[in-house]
Formats: sequence, C-alpha cells, structure tokens
Amino acid sequence: MSAGNARLRWRKLVSGFMLAMTGVCALVAVAALFFILGYLVYHGGTSINWNFFTKLPAPVGETGGGMANAIVGSAKLLLLATVIGVPIGFLGAIYLAEFSTGPIAFVVRYAADLLNGVPSIVIGIFAYAVVVLPFKHFSTLAGGFALGIMMIPITLRSTEDFMRAVPNTLREGAMALGASKWRTIATVIVPAAYRGILTAVLLAFARVAGETAPLLFTSFGNHFWSPGWNQPIESLPHMVYIYAISPYEDWQRQAWAAGLVLLGLILIINILARTILARGVSVPRS
Amino acid sequence: MLRRFSALFVVALATSVSLYSQGNLLINGAGATFPNPIYSKWFDDYHKANANIQINYQPVGSGAGIKQVTEGTVDFGGSDGPMNDEQMKAYQDKHGSPILHFPTVLGAAVPTYNIPGVSQTLNFTPEALAGIFLGRVTKWNDPLIASANKGVNLPAKDIVVVHRSDGSGTTYIWTDYLSKVSDDWKNKVGKGTSINWPVGLGGKGSEGVTGLVKQTPNSMAYVELTYAAQNNIPFGAVKNSAGSFVKADLASVTAAAANSSKDMPADFRVSITNGPGKTAYPISSFTWLLIPSKFSDAAKRDALKTFIKWALKDGQNSVEALSYGKLPKEVAAKELKALDQVQ
Amino acid sequence: MAATSTTVHGAGPIAGSRSFIDRVRDGDEIARLVTFVFAGVTVLITLLLVIELWTGSAASRHKFGLNFFFTRVWDPNSGDFGALPFIYGTLVTSAIALAIAVPLGIGAAIFLAELAPARVSDTLQFFIDLLAAVPSVIYGVLGVFIFIPLMREYIQPALSNTLGFIPLFSGPAYGIGFLTAGIVLAIMVIPYIISVSREVLLSVPRDQREAALALGSTRWESTWKVVVPFARTGIMGSIFLALARALGETMAVTMVIGNTPNISASLFSPGYSIAAVIANEFTEATGDLYLQALIELGLVLFLLTFILNGLARILIVATSQRGGGGH
Repeated sequence: MSAGNARLRWRKLVSGFMLAMTGVCALVAVAALFFILGYLVYHGGTSINWNFFTKLPAPVGETGGGMANAIVGSAKLLLLATVIGVPIGFLGAIYLAEFSTGPIAFVVRYAADLLNGVPSIVIGIFAYAVVVLPFKHFSTLAGGFALGIMMIPITLRSTEDFMRAVPNTLREGAMALGASKWRTIATVIVPAAYRGILTAVLLAFARVAGETAPLLFTSFGNHFWSPGWNQPIESLPHMVYIYAISPYEDWQRQAWAAGLVLLGLILIINILARTILARGVSVPRS
Repeated sequence: MLRRFSALFVVALATSVSLYSQGNLLINGAGATFPNPIYSKWFDDYHKANANIQINYQPVGSGAGIKQVTEGTVDFGGSDGPMNDEQMKAYQDKHGSPILHFPTVLGAAVPTYNIPGVSQTLNFTPEALAGIFLGRVTKWNDPLIASANKGVNLPAKDIVVVHRSDGSGTTYIWTDYLSKVSDDWKNKVGKGTSINWPVGLGGKGSEGVTGLVKQTPNSMAYVELTYAAQNNIPFGAVKNSAGSFVKADLASVTAAAANSSKDMPADFRVSITNGPGKTAYPISSFTWLLIPSKFSDAAKRDALKTFIKWALKDGQNSVEALSYGKLPKEVAAKELKALDQVQ
Repeated sequence: MAATSTTVHGAGPIAGSRSFIDRVRDGDEIARLVTFVFAGVTVLITLLLVIELWTGSAASRHKFGLNFFFTRVWDPNSGDFGALPFIYGTLVTSAIALAIAVPLGIGAAIFLAELAPARVSDTLQFFIDLLAAVPSVIYGVLGVFIFIPLMREYIQPALSNTLGFIPLFSGPAYGIGFLTAGIVLAIMVIPYIISVSREVLLSVPRDQREAALALGSTRWESTWKVVVPFARTGIMGSIFLALARALGETMAVTMVIGNTPNISASLFSPGYSIAAVIANEFTEATGDLYLQALIELGLVLFLLTFILNGLARILIVATSQRGGGGH
C-alpha cells in the first residue's frame, strides 16, 4: 500500500500547492489596485497645490498653471450627462418594471445591453455625427450627450432590477388602499428601491467621470472657461491625457496630480455607492 | 440635506456659467502643434491685454486644423503644411468663399536625437536623413552618418525612428524637404501631412514626439526647433543646398526666408525648404493661420482681424525668445493688405 | 365609489382588469405613455447609432468591400485604406491580455469562491470591483511613466536574452508595443473575469463538491475536476466579456502601443489598434473616404463587441440556470 500512500501524498501536495497559487493570483489582482493608488499618491500627491485648483493652464513651457477650468469643465459635463442619462434610464426602467409586457420589454432591454457594450470611442463618433456636425460646434452639449448616453444602460438595468425586487405585497397593499398605479410607483415602490437606484446612478456617474475617448471629438478642449453649453470645454481626463504624453516636466507632474484627483473622486463615489447598498437593501429580496 | 446641497450646487454652477458669458467673446481655433508655443503665448498675452476676447487654440495637428476649419466647427485653423488645391476647393465648395492663408512666424524642423553618451551636435546629410527615415540606415554608426561626424563615438545601436502619428504640418515640412533631396523618398513615400511611414514609432503631436524622444534611448525624430530647445534635447545640423552644415537658429532660419518675400505668391502658400543661401537652414518653413474669407459673426471677424494685425506687428516681438523667426517685413506688409479680403 | 376599484389585480407589468377610463382618470395611462416614451428613446438612440455607423461608412464599404479586411496599406495620401494592421493589433493585444488575465483571473476566482472565508472573499471582491472602476486614461499614465521604462529596461531585455530566438520576442526593445499594451490590458480586464467567474463558481451546487470529496478527491481535485468544469460555460462567458472590454479600450492602448500600423510577428514591435487609430485620426480625416474608412473601422469594432457581449450573456445565463437547478 506504500505506493498508494505515496500517490496520495503527491496529490495532497499538488492540492496544497495549487490552492496556494490561487491565493497568489488573488493577491496579485488586489495588489494591482494598491500599486495604482500608491503610484498616484506618490507622484501626484506632491504636485497638488493651490495653483492646481485655482489657476488656468499656463502657456506652453511656462510653470504655475493649473486645471481650474478642467475641474469645472468636468463638473459641467457630468452634470449634463446626469441630466440626460438618468431620467431616460430611470423612467425607462419604470416602464420595464411596471408597465411593459414581454416583447417590448425584451427589445428595450436588448437595446440597453447593446448600448452598454458599445466602446466609448464609437459613442464619440456617434455624438460627433449627431451633435457636433449639425450644430457646427464642438461643445459641452456634445460631450455631455456622449457621456449621458453611456449612463443610460447602467441606470436602466439596475433600476429595473431593484424595482422588480420590491415584493409584490407592497404593491398589492397600495392598490388595496385605492392608490393608482403611478401613485404606487411614486410613493411606495421607488422609495423602497431608492437605495439601489441611487447606487446605480452613482456607479454610472463614476463610470463616465473618467471617460476620455468620447470627449476627444465632442468637447474638444478649451484653455479658458467655457461659457454656456455650446462652446468647447476642458475636462480632467482630457488634461491628464494631453499632459501625460508631453515632454514638459511641469505638465507631467500636473498629469499625475489630475490623475490622483480623478481616481480619488471615482473611488470615493464607488465606495459610497457600495456602502449605501450594503448598509441595507431597504427591502428584503423576495 | 442632500437635496439642499444639490440645489445650492446647481445654482452656483448656473451663476458661474452666466457670469462668464457676460460680454466675453470666445473664438475657437485648432491646428498645428509646430507653432503652439508661440501661439499659446500670443493668445495668453492678447487676452491679458483684451480681457473680453478669448482665443482658444487647440493644438491637434495641422491635419485636424484643416479638416475642422473646412467643416466649420472651429473659427480658424493653423497649419504648417499649406492646404493643397484639392483641400482649398473642398473648402470653397462647402462654404462658397475661399479660405485664406496668413503666415505668422518662421520656424524650423530639426532632427533631434537621444543617444546616451553623445551630446555633440551631429551633422546630417540629406542622404543620411532620407536613409534613416526610409529604414535603410538602421544603426547609428552607419557610414552615411559616421562619415559626416568624424570624431564622434557613435554606438552600434539601432536607430529608433519616431514620427508623428497624427496629421502634421511638421511632417509636411519634413517630407517636403525629403522629397526635394531624395528621389527615392519622393517616389516611395512622397510628401503630406499624413503619410505611410516606412519605419518608426508614432507620437501624438509635437509634444508626444518630443516626449518619446526624451524617454527612448537611441531615438531620433523631427520636431519644431522650440520643442528641442525648450526641452534641452540635442539636435543636429543639416547640410544645405550650398553644401554647408547648418544648425537651425534665428539667423539661419531668417536667411532661409530671405528670398521668399520677392517670390511670395498672392495667397502666401510657399515652400522655402532646401532653398538657396550659404547660411540658410534647409528645413525651414512658414506656418499659417487659415482664416475664412467670409464670417457670419461680425464680432468674431473683427476680433480675429485685430488679433492678426497685432500678431503681425507687436506679436513679432515675442517670437524670437521662443526660437521662432520673425516674418520678413515685406511679407508682413503684404499680409496687412490682404486682411481686407476677410469680410 | 366602492364599486370601481375593488379588484386587487396582480402587481407588476401585467395590466389588471381596470377599465381604460379608470386608468386614464388615475393618470396611469399618462404615466405609462411617458415611461414608454423614455424606454423608446433608449431603443431609438441605439438604433440611430447603428444607422449612423452604417451610413457613415457607406462609401468606404462600397469602394473596398471585403478587401478592406485584408489590405495592409493605410495611406491617407493616396486614398488606400486597409483595416488589417488595426485588426491585427487589436487581436494581438487582446490575445496577450487574455493569456495573462485568464489564468490569473480564474485562479483568483477559485480562491475567492472556494477557499476564502466569506468575509475575506467579499472584502477582496470589493477591492477588485474598485480596480474595475479605474479609468482607462489612468492606466495610460501609469503605462507611459512606469510600464514603458520597466519594459524597456528590464522585462524586454530579459525576454530577449532568454527567449530571443523565438520570433515573438525578437527585435529591439522600445518599451512601447504590442506586449506592453497587452500587459496593461490584462490588468484592466482581470476584474471582469474574477467577478463573473466567482459568481458562477459560487452558484455551483454544494452537492457537486461534496460528492467529489466523498469519493476521495483532494480539495484541489474536486475544485478543478468537478466544480470548474460545471461552471465552464459561465467562465467562458466571463472571458468573452473581458475580451469585449479589451477590444474597445482606447486611451490606455494608444498611450503605449506606438501608433504605427505595423504587422509583425514580434511582440516587441509597435503597432496600432482599431480604437487607437480612430482616436488619433478622426478629427483630421480630410476627405470623405478617409473619414468613412475610420467610421467603417468603428462599425467593425461595434460588431465585434456586439457579438462577443451577446455570446457572453448567453453563456453566463446558461450556467446560472444550470447551477440553480441543482441535482
């Protein structure tokens, strides 16, 4: 039986080894996140100063410039994206969860999933054709539109999921009290699902906050403040891109700083969203 | 709490937005990275002097500048490769009126390199340059390079060629020169803002190319003089048509343009590469602003015209500090007259 | 008024037995219409996008036909456009990314699903979800300042010295190129493989594992020979998902790949990808044909990701149904 024991020992050895390797794999994956953060904090942390947040970009080769207009620009673009994307996603999801029947629901869901998978550069092409060319302007509107349609699928699918998770007993209770359908939705179902919906919106927001590719041919870039909605506008991810590939050390340092600010913002929103969700899905899943 | 905060935020945003749109005129331009250092200084200085005029110039490459001014998505363009007849016709067909070229400064495309251990100025013959960019000369110690650089310890390493990945006027200037000095180049590749490069890595914009050269040992690229100068990367001298090796600087670039004022065509589209003159730098060029001849917005038209007048006179005082050459006086005078064509 | 609304109808999307007048009066029909319009807008936008891609590339499709996919030359000067270098670059970098991310990802997923206690597994998954949220341009910055020098100074020379005789690792070490882009992409897609595979593995019914262990297999054997094959289709789905993400990546790739339409056996060579060339050349494409060729590339990218995402969804759904059924 010693041969059998030896074989068993070998198999146990292999088992222990392979399982340890899977642990290593997980470690490597998680370590990547901390490396990224570490580098950004190290290189970007020292470059974040008051100038960065308050000054406009300086002429080429001169130091002392900042990204004030890019920060406000990103805020404007994201505001517009939210205003465009969230209502469409949210209201569309209400239709799917509460009003629709089989085939239409299928088509809408399919379209949303399709839109979700479209590479962001292709969304940029679409926004250029549909907003920039007719208006003959690179603009905040075009950029906000591109980012907005990227927010639609995430908002729509998540909202639908969370609304469906609200148990029917709540709906029936409301109906029994004589509430109309829309009143039920507005006052009972949506508040019950609100945590999940908020999470979905925050995650969609964080997703598009870092997008650069669709902005390349829509919002274009602007050294100054951008008035209104019909002018080109600067954004943080775009500045990161431009400055990172340049040869000027001052610009490169600013790129790190902007990267840190951007990633910090995105991570904070993600953590916030997931904590909201974990804190309590306010209605138990049925 | 959240609601109150978001309402406040939206109000603040809206107020700030409306504040900034009071009385400010924003003019958008796009194009060449070649003159971007001087343009960004000019637009900044001009804005400081005229607080309500903001000229937003995006250095996206001459190719994009030509395209976007033709599409009408920007108010003016910038290019160091003058628009060819086909492109000018396309503009005319689309807008019903021609597009005008206005030279602004003189610049030079220089061969920069990053060879560890070599800090001297290398001499490049036209044959060497064509050979390198055709991919025929592959090592730094190739005889074509070494023969012009006796006494320099050139390593036996591969040359990493870097070129522009985007449509570039600097590319146009460089390939225009190579087409003049090398029949091989002319037949195999030709000149243009976007060409089919036989070898090399692509960098985006003059900034991207300079960045690549700075980081990559044994690399070589062509960039505008300012980029090499500002970033302290060595660049070489080129043999001109009179047979002398000339390094690009104010004197040699100005010398290259010396004859141009006589032969300047009415539309200002001229090539001064490989020109005559013992002290002339052979890869020099004008760079142009592409201005529509018809503006629907009178305020923009007037603002741009005033800016160009400023650039042709006062603006010229700041070009030399950034290693660009001043326009010959006669050329500037001709341009001021031509400005009347902008309606 | 007790007569009208006493029927408690089924909740959810199926309209109950209330009369049309009642629904209108209560505002339900308006609500239905309004939400339908917004749902319709989603469909409309998607439809419009596909139409724009199709019509915007018409001239290019007619001129080049199928040859577009097999032509190496991309020459704006002469109007000759071929997609092969970009398709090649996209596929090569994605293949490298998967070659690295799939073993690592599945390994990590196995650890998270089978070995780690629930709290640890959830915490680690939380971090991995954060990794998925890092935007492409940040990877690009790290690529430019950290990866490229690392590749050029250490990794590529090391590979060259040991495996340089293989064409894959031949050629000078620029730091930039297919290999660097592939490695950056690997980090970007690994979270997708991990989260989906982990979920799929978790949904494999307990009795599968227990049966294997009861028959005397080691922990690893039960995992690798029973659980993972059971979840096989779902894991395939996660790979397709990751691939779809890798194909569409723009910023990180264009910052490290070298932006040269090259087809080369060497992984050290600079190259180009579909997304990168669109990003670089779209705003400067003078002339209709040039722009249309780029839009046609966008159409190709769209179709590729569409097919992959569709397949992924089918596979993942199939696995979870199978797992949920139990035995």
